[in-house]
Amino acid sequence: MNNSDVKILIVDDEQIVRDSLTHWFEEDGYQVSSAADAFDVLYNLEPGKYDIMLVDIKMPKMSGLELLEKVKEIDPECIVIIITAYASVPSAVQALKNGAFDYVTKPIDPDELSHLIKNAIKQKSLKKENIAMKTSIDEMFSFEGLIGESPEMKKVFELIKIVAPQDTTVMIRGESGTGKELIARAIHMNSPRRYYPIIPVNCGAFTETLLESELFGHEKGAFTGAQYRRKGKIEMANGGTLFLDEVGSVSPKMQVELLRVLETKQFTRVGGNEIVKVDFRLISATNENLEKLVEEGKFREDLYYRLNVFTIYVPPLRERRSDIPILANYFVQKFARQMNKPPLKISDEAMEILLNHHWPGNVRELENAIERAMVVGKPPEIKPSDLPFLIEKNNITISDSLEAVEKNHIQKVLNKYEWNISKAAAALEIDRVTLYNKIKKYGLKKN
Amino acid sequence: MPKAAVLLINFNATSLIPIIEKKLYQNFNLQMHQFIPNIDLTEIYSEVRDQYYSTKLLEYSLKYYNDYDKILSLTDFDLFVPVLTFVFGEAQLNGKAAVVSAHRLYPEFYGLPQNEELFLSRLIKEINHELGHTYGLRHCQNFECVMHSSSNVDEIDIKSENFCDRCKEKII
Ligand SMILES: [Zn+2]
Ligand SMILES: [Zn+2]
Repeated sequence: MNNSDVKILIVDDEQIVRDSLTHWFEEDGYQVSSAADAFDVLYNLEPGKYDIMLVDIKMPKMSGLELLEKVKEIDPECIVIIITAYASVPSAVQALKNGAFDYVTKPIDPDELSHLIKNAIKQKSLKKENIAMKTSIDEMFSFEGLIGESPEMKKVFELIKIVAPQDTTVMIRGESGTGKELIARAIHMNSPRRYYPIIPVNCGAFTETLLESELFGHEKGAFTGAQYRRKGKIEMANGGTLFLDEVGSVSPKMQVELLRVLETKQFTRVGGNEIVKVDFRLISATNENLEKLVEEGKFREDLYYRLNVFTIYVPPLRERRSDIPILANYFVQKFARQMNKPPLKISDEAMEILLNHHWPGNVRELENAIERAMVVGKPPEIKPSDLPFLIEKNNITISDSLEAVEKNHIQKVLNKYEWNISKAAAALEIDRVTLYNKIKKYGLKKN
Repeated sequence: MPKAAVLLINFNATSLIPIIEKKLYQNFNLQMHQFIPNIDLTEIYSEVRDQYYSTKLLEYSLKYYNDYDKILSLTDFDLFVPVLTFVFGEAQLNGKAAVVSAHRLYPEFYGLPQNEELFLSRLIKEINHELGHTYGLRHCQNFECVMHSSSNVDEIDIKSENFCDRCKEKII
């Protein structure tokens, strides 16, 4: 269900509430309308007219509870959410008994409202999906950003299709830069959980204490400076997918904590004792040899088996070289759009080099190489000299940074024009002041 | 080149203004004009909530800076609209004015150590997002797109500061 297909009605006697909620929902692209009292709604209500109704419980002519009852008689499928002030929570509970989907208290926490609406849409969609004729499997699957036509990648796509609709725990193995996160996203986006977010956590990027607070969140006052309660990533993944990248780097203590939450589907926030129940799908990824870590006692065997239910191996780029031209051209188009430049052609010589490079950094390295080539390359095509690994070989200092490439390139152009600043600036398509600044910045000298 | 008035209303991270200026130019082709308006806050402040009413702030900016193509207000005040507990910002869909509150973008707000880089990336995302609305953009389903809706700070951190291709097309 697209947001633009969802019809929401706001029923509230206060104009300010109608206006701000209308505005808020419009930004989400929903079809929003509003009514000031219940009679306006009932006057021409028919089944299917609205998907979701937000109804204020306290209205002068007819109460929200009464409206709820009448709406349910006319359109039982319509989802009704009750808006209440703190004082009227008991009647909100009554509303739940009478078939309301849920209730929110004013003022509404935007986070809560957005989750509630997503839940409501999910329920609606599931019903509609059951009714709708199934479109062909291939159409239903989308693999945004995952590119490849090699047999190796086709196999990966097959595995994604098999595992996505099931709720199985998945482990993605592969060298760094092979696009493991894209695969996790593809699995999520093609699963029934796609109406909820996928929450990535790079376990390797945190110390043990920070990872704990990152995953489990913390209560107000849990440690010095914790003035507010903060949701952890696990809580945010509720309903959706938790993606743990570099899971091999998780410390022994956190391995126990993780295992516990996977087994019980519940946890407590740091510094708190309230038990939070969660429902999420877990996808993890690693480029490490986990089996070896298990053997060495650095990774818990029980956790290993919990994570390693269904495995997808992503081949390194050098093992699927036939994908290099497709990928390279895809990145050319991508950066051309980002940089607002016409796309460059990749010259045959440059393509030859791309095809033969070893690609230790895999797809990400290729992406970076094309990005640089799009910065330094001149229309109409990318030449071998625009590729970073060649420049590296010609120089004593080896650096991968964009700055290093720029420095090299400016030095080359200056030499070519025998340090005629005007000519060099013109060739570089920058003004003379900028060129002077860059010469100063990089400490370039006439040799 | 279209002009943007940037109003600093109790906004303290002024060292970041040059970066904001550059981003406004890169992302929207807007030329920045900076102001520190002398604004009567009593109309905008709610004592009960100890917050500032963002819709009123938008109205104020439209009244006094209407000659500009876009009006972006930046503030450290915590913003609200009556029905919600808070908002990170507000914008006129397909209009001129947008406001971004930095209040809940500081890691310190969540009891975490100061982190200027993280704060800046959040601020740029919120500026791009709210201004995106003024170009008629609605929330985008793409999890990486800056127009993806975010109702908590972690959701801001998850998305990138860039517009996806489909959203980007609509800005130009
Ligand atoms: Zn928005
Ligand atoms: Zn988008």
